[in-house]
Amino acid sequence: MAAPLAKEEAEAGALSPEALVALYRAMARIRVVDERMATLQRAGRVGFYGVCTGQEAACIGSAAALRPSDWVFPALREGAAMLLRGFPLVTYLAQCFGNAGDVGRGRQMPSHQAGRSVNQVSWSSCIGNQLPQAVGAAWAAKLQREDTVVLAYLGDGATSTGDFHTALNFAGVARVPVVFVCQNNQWSISVPFRAQTATATVAEKAAAYGMPGVKVDGNDVEAVYAATAVAVARARRGEGPTLIEAETYRVGAHSSADDPSRYREAAEVERWRAKDPLVRTRARLEAAGLWDATREAALLDELSAEVAAAIHEAEATPPVQAESMFEGVYARLPWHLAEQRSELLSVLGSRAPVPRDD
Amino acid sequence: MATLTLVQAIHDALRTAMRADARVVVLGEDVGRLGGVFRATLGLHEEFGPERVIDTPLAEGGIVGAAIGMALYGLRPVPEIQFADFIYPAFDQIVNELAKLRYRSGGEYPCPVVIRAPYGGGVKGGHYHSQSPEALFIHTAGLKVVVPSTPYDAKGLLLSALRQEDPVLFLEPKRLYRAAKGEVPEGDYTVPLESAAVRREGTDVTVVAWGAMVPEALEAAESAAHAGISCEVVDLRTLWPVDITTLEASARKTGRVVVVHEAARTCGFGAEVAALLQERCFVHLAAPVKRVTGWDTPFPYALEQQYLPLAPRILAGVDETFRFVA
Ligand SMILES: Cc1ncc(C[n+]2csc(CCOP(=O)(O)OP(=O)(O)O)c2C)c(N)n1
Ligand SMILES: [Mg+2]
Repeated sequence: MAAPLAKEEAEAGALSPEALVALYRAMARIRVVDERMATLQRAGRVGFYGVCTGQEAACIGSAAALRPSDWVFPALREGAAMLLRGFPLVTYLAQCFGNAGDVGRGRQMPSHQAGRSVNQVSWSSCIGNQLPQAVGAAWAAKLQREDTVVLAYLGDGATSTGDFHTALNFAGVARVPVVFVCQNNQWSISVPFRAQTATATVAEKAAAYGMPGVKVDGNDVEAVYAATAVAVARARRGEGPTLIEAETYRVGAHSSADDPSRYREAAEVERWRAKDPLVRTRARLEAAGLWDATREAALLDELSAEVAAAIHEAEATPPVQAESMFEGVYARLPWHLAEQRSELLSVLGSRAPVPRDD
Repeated sequence: MATLTLVQAIHDALRTAMRADARVVVLGEDVGRLGGVFRATLGLHEEFGPERVIDTPLAEGGIVGAAIGMALYGLRPVPEIQFADFIYPAFDQIVNELAKLRYRSGGEYPCPVVIRAPYGGGVKGGHYHSQSPEALFIHTAGLKVVVPSTPYDAKGLLLSALRQEDPVLFLEPKRLYRAAKGEVPEGDYTVPLESAAVRREGTDVTVVAWGAMVPEALEAAESAAHAGISCEVVDLRTLWPVDITTLEASARKTGRVVVVHEAARTCGFGAEVAALLQERCFVHLAAPVKRVTGWDTPFPYALEQQYLPLAPRILAGVDETFRFVA
């Protein structure tokens, strides 16, 4: 469904067999992470969790098209992008436990990972808010003559927000190096895509902002990679933004707080399960002689062991200290927060520690 | 009478209002088939159909803006904002439009929209599922801000809000959605707006609270009683316009006031309560009005129990205020 690729672009979008194996491993890894964390959530060891099950190819395939120096503004389901780009798994998991091992210092709900070390920007739960920010970051790169590309993720629900319109309009006008990847997983909690917009696709909205719109099979990791690589290359050449719609499906619940049986048919989920991106990639690798049952079993053993060990280490990290709550509201601790910190510590019955700025 | 939870009482109020008045429509994200993420609109879609229980696209400015238009045209819309934390995309529509329409049109266009929004912490919701934004809207002339703390009040106040002509922000303490249970009459009744409730009478210290902090204030009052301090607990119910008569009478009686709220302290509604009391009954006050509130930080995830002004902190504030000598 992607527009036919010019030769140069096709080259930009081609994946070597080794690279495809690496993407398969990354997809399998986040699947295992999600399974284990969802189980911990049900057991009450994690307060909340959101999986990206069924959407691994859309996330991994697009993030793989970036250089380490490129930036990511994630939405709800792109934690795997930072893992792919080298973020430590233990630190990633510590975010869900909200403890001292979390770079965000326990301040956000679980599943809100971010990390400056991999240029994945901290995000809020507010749908769509990251999009104008991504445009601004891309604009800054352009103004400073740097060749950074910014990848901004969003869900189909986010296309209804004012910020979506604002961001695409700004990006189109300023021709900034940003690539919008919409993971159209067909649902925004209980609201189906057809109730979110009257257009048949997300991709066609791009026309209104003067940028190319590309719809791609989001469960085909190679197709997602190719479309994103082309858009990233265009952006890097100074030819401006692209809107990519990766058509996929939210196989799981919206989050651990949701019950999808209230609003959708199990048969629909099953139809999409048949298009599972991991199964499809594995079949391709097997057909190319790059994968087999032995390698699969070894990979799953390796990932289970890795994830179990990482969870163990992350969960064992000490909690954040109560007084840390006041740090980082501002670069330096102002008088009123110093007073409030003493007040809290006197209620908790401990002594005020030395102030810390961050 | 049936025993309902607070969220069931809200649901009961919506159903009662919709049965009584065909102009009442509900709109918002996931309010239809799902019945709302907290199930406040459960079954309304089945009973009243998709024209009166509307699943909207994901855009709060659109939800409130459309509700304004519906109200101008004669409907009684009840938009739901899924979490008060997500009300800000609609801030412009609420502050610059909803609150000002009656005034700027010389009274020609009243705009009776009742915006429902779950607010507050204590549910492990982090920055974006825990905020208490009441002060921002109290500061905006033209809005009424209502916060129930019991199932009985939740139903009666919501029905009152739907039967008057001003826009109302109806903030629902999500921490109490299932935790608060109580007897709720079937069918129609109202609890008046702009009227506070004295939840516990006392003579030494007045504790002013609303929403999810009312049970905490009552718990602190109980502990204070064991220590020989008699607390009067005033549940404001309508934050604005506040029931100044009840507030002032209690302050004059005890001479010592503690205000409790989840929102950050600075420019919180507690500051306004303190200012009102010192302006109106300065000589009757035996101690400075004390604020026991959320800290001036964003609402934290891991440390929410240390952030919230729960009973132990309220008790400490009561104790300090009780002991104060000028
Ligand atoms: C501004 C705003 N409104 C409402 C919500 C509540 N909410 C959280 S996720 C969500 C649906 C998001 O759907 P989509 O953008 O398609 O992302 P997906 O969950 O499918 O990945 C909603 C309504 C929110 N987080 N932010
Ligand atoms: Mg979606």
